[in-house]
Amino acid sequence: MAVTISIPTALRQYAGNNAGIDLASGPVGQLLASLVEQHPQLGKQLYNEQGQLRSFVNIYVGDEDIRYLQGVETPVPDGETVSIIPAIAGGRDKMTR
Amino acid sequence: MVTNLSNEEIRRYSRHLILPEFGMEGQRRLKEGSVLLIGAGGLGSPLALYLAAAGVGHIGLVDFDVVDESNLQRQIAHGTSTIGVRKTESARRRLNDLNPNVEVTTYEEQVTSENAFELMRPYDVIVDGTDNFPTRYLTNDASVMLGKPNVYGSIFRFEGQATVFYPKEGGPCYRCLYPEPPPPGLVPSCAEGGVLGVLPGVIGTIQATEAIKLLAGIGETLVSRLMLYDALSMRFRELKLRRNPDCPVCGDHPTVTELIDYDHFCGITPEPATFTSYEITPVEVNTWLHSDDPPFLLDVREPNEWEIGHLPDATRISVNELQGRLNELDTAREMVVYCRSGVRSGRAVDMLRAAGFRKVKNMTGGILRWSDDVDASIPKY
Repeated sequence: MAVTISIPTALRQYAGNNAGIDLASGPVGQLLASLVEQHPQLGKQLYNEQGQLRSFVNIYVGDEDIRYLQGVETPVPDGETVSIIPAIAGGRDKMTR
Repeated sequence: MVTNLSNEEIRRYSRHLILPEFGMEGQRRLKEGSVLLIGAGGLGSPLALYLAAAGVGHIGLVDFDVVDESNLQRQIAHGTSTIGVRKTESARRRLNDLNPNVEVTTYEEQVTSENAFELMRPYDVIVDGTDNFPTRYLTNDASVMLGKPNVYGSIFRFEGQATVFYPKEGGPCYRCLYPEPPPPGLVPSCAEGGVLGVLPGVIGTIQATEAIKLLAGIGETLVSRLMLYDALSMRFRELKLRRNPDCPVCGDHPTVTELIDYDHFCGITPEPATFTSYEITPVEVNTWLHSDDPPFLLDVREPNEWEIGHLPDATRISVNELQGRLNELDTAREMVVYCRSGVRSGRAVDMLRAAGFRKVKNMTGGILRWSDDVDASIPKY
């Protein structure tokens, strides 16, 4: 009776080091709001000051990007996984060289 | 003109030739094909090795870096014997040994908006094995504009992503996926976050597989598919990618038709040459520590790093926890903040100043410079 939000490695430190967090099903925007309420530091990573989802973070319900579904209204049925996929580049910290 | 395989090549590639889906035709296509590797490091190493082993006719290597000891935990094209050597030269030696039939061209330079087209034009497939956002966007835009597939791979700690960006074949480009880069400092790099050495081995080899499939014309590629890999749980997942018809680069009405200033796009401004009054060198910190009124030392690194070595009498609060633990710090006390290289501590100082701490300074160069200038018994890492 739950959906799982999959937290990528880069953001786990802001989500109590959890790789996955279970929540009751609902539209994806509501799930993200619950998530951010439980983990406010995560909210700062996901949302900008205007309260919009940052553009280098993509949200998937199952294997589809919510931009191509119903956005934050996209329903998330029981047993489904919501994935947060940030851009990663790996490697160089420009300032340490 | 039909590319022929010599008897030596036929012996060398026999295991390819007897594969029904591959055969002489596939091998000929590899020999006629060319791949440009942007980056000869973590991802580039397994990529270059497997592409050379497979018999790709021409491999280009772009990297301006030099082999460093800390690279050898994962950059398997290099070795202890090539520490200090240019990565392109180091890789070339290894590739020539593995397969002398491959033509290797090296470019000891950075890809820039000025040289990107010239570098990429002679090659059939571009492989993005870079380690920073500006180059990823540059590589993407240039390969879209030239109509070439861009085999993308990226890694962080224990996770990796791979896909093939090829708008000509109906798939998305990098900007369809991430229209804007994160601001600098928000997404950690391997130097800050660490990386499991074998991780780029897996992702780089997947990229090599895709490049080989593209050249040989076999199988189903990762176009429109984002492959996600989690090494710790050993799980592979796949997400659907779509071409964005409004994409500024590969969309129906492109607005970006020329290469731009990618550092500017990614919010990276040139480093100021002057010293600000919020900074202090390790030598100065050391002198201060031996005075009658030493400062409070705040170490903002992670516990693992503290274990490797830390400054005497320092207090550790991880940079990510700092905001919530400001009440543990005394605004009246002089404070010096440090980390490994001065980057995280710089961010911490900015945050502390914004929270009203006036007597706080960043130790430039961090533990690395402390080890060089003050006390080498604190190890660099």
